[in-house]
Amino acid sequence: MNAPQPPDRSGDRRQDEEELAVSRLRRDMPLVPASSIAGRALVSVIAIMTFLSCLTAGGAMLVASASQGWRSQISREVTIQIKPDAGREIDAQVEKAAATARAAPGVANVQVFSKQDSERLLEPWLGAGLDLSELPIPRLIVVRMQDRVEPDLSALRSALATQAPGASLDDHRLWLARLDTMADAIVLFALALFLLMISAMMLAIGFATRGAMAGNREIIEVLHFVGAADSYISRQFQGHFLRLGLRGGLLGGAGAALFFLAATALSAWWSNSPGGEEIVALFGAFALGLKGYVAIFAVAVAIGVLTAAMSRIIVFRHLRRLL
Amino acid sequence: MLHFENVGLRYGMGSEVVRDLSFSVETQSFQFLTGPSGAGKTTLLRLMLLSLKPTRGLIKMFGRDAASLDKDAITALRRRIGVVFQDFRLLDHLTTYENVALPLRVMGRNETSYRAEVVELLRWVGLGERMNALPPVLSGGEKQRAAIARALIVRPELLLADEPTGNVDPGLARRLLRLFVELHKSGTAVVIATHDIALMDQFPDARRLVISGGRLQIFDRDSW
Repeated sequence: MNAPQPPDRSGDRRQDEEELAVSRLRRDMPLVPASSIAGRALVSVIAIMTFLSCLTAGGAMLVASASQGWRSQISREVTIQIKPDAGREIDAQVEKAAATARAAPGVANVQVFSKQDSERLLEPWLGAGLDLSELPIPRLIVVRMQDRVEPDLSALRSALATQAPGASLDDHRLWLARLDTMADAIVLFALALFLLMISAMMLAIGFATRGAMAGNREIIEVLHFVGAADSYISRQFQGHFLRLGLRGGLLGGAGAALFFLAATALSAWWSNSPGGEEIVALFGAFALGLKGYVAIFAVAVAIGVLTAAMSRIIVFRHLRRLL
Repeated sequence: MLHFENVGLRYGMGSEVVRDLSFSVETQSFQFLTGPSGAGKTTLLRLMLLSLKPTRGLIKMFGRDAASLDKDAITALRRRIGVVFQDFRLLDHLTTYENVALPLRVMGRNETSYRAEVVELLRWVGLGERMNALPPVLSGGEKQRAAIARALIVRPELLLADEPTGNVDPGLARRLLRLFVELHKSGTAVVIATHDIALMDQFPDARRLVISGGRLQIFDRDSW
């Protein structure tokens, strides 16, 4: 008598294995493998370039806002200078000029520098302890204009000419024009640097995209043969490059933001020293302000988007040449 | 379906690799493309797939002059053709399932809409248990079947296969041929490039396109 055979369950087992395989199907693997693109090197290049671009842009913004500050401060202030004249009593001239200035519309405040004040102004150059009474030192009156009122300086100038003939009005226009030119030159130079860096970065992205295309030539060919449209293929690359660009851009932007935060903190610390004062006078307190940080973030995101767009253009151009 | 008229192709200034090719592939037909190695079989298949432009002559694909087609139109036509490459051309970083589903995926179809279809085809070609395997761990025969499944998944009107049995044992080659014949019976025009005479003899009714020295001779069942 034969022993009972165990039922054959190999078919069932195979079916179970297949069911398990179906339940574990991997289905969303990117068609262009991330490892095939020189990602880390590209992210580093983008991050460094973004960092430098943001520094340049931030620096330009600082100079622009500082020059705005100088401009508004200086243009709110004019100086009346009264030169000593043998024929006239200088104190009377000063009084008359001050009175004329006080009477002029739009004047907020008139500060008369006394003889002693004027001598003190010369101390840093001539040294202390000198008797300056014999020197014909001009006298100064600082006139501050009211905010939001356009001062009528030509009326003041002609009033001074009749009331105090020895007085001359200096509205710092020449000095202001030079400052303007310098600030504009710095901003333009920074803009040129910014554009150069963006161009260099785009070239690097171009090289990386071409490298990725060459490395994935077979994949592109297969995708073409199975009926993928060029737009579909370029989307596969574009997605990768958008991620790389955003990562690099945000890293570089975060670095630049940290740099400006540190610079703000350091400049507050420095500002007590004499050198620090000058730096603060030139660049402000290195305080970029919310607008500046938003601009850095916008540059970082724009670089990400630009990276994707650049790679898309290159991929499209490459695919157009293929059949 | 596919019509060649005096087609010639040269690379650069060299002599023509294929010349004076004039033939048609009719709907629901079955033909072998054969000839010695280096005779131009793969070149001819690439011309049929519109991945090479002829230097002269006329190629008509599904009734349209190939020379006048833009890239989008070529893409649309390729979706009606299934191709099996001699070297499989499976993407190594995708699983067997993903490779076979690729033609549907690039059409922008949702994965859930074709999952059952792909799994069924994989089972039909005997790869039900290898769905999650990556091509580097598949045997030659398994790769071949995956490549064939990828070509069949879109239910092509024309199937072009380059040495589809070149890497498999005679038993599997016979089974694969049966698969192509079944496909042909279900309405697909089939062109199989091979120099395996034993394989061709198993399907004596098929037309034979013999390419030699860049020229083509056609042998129909009636002519031999």
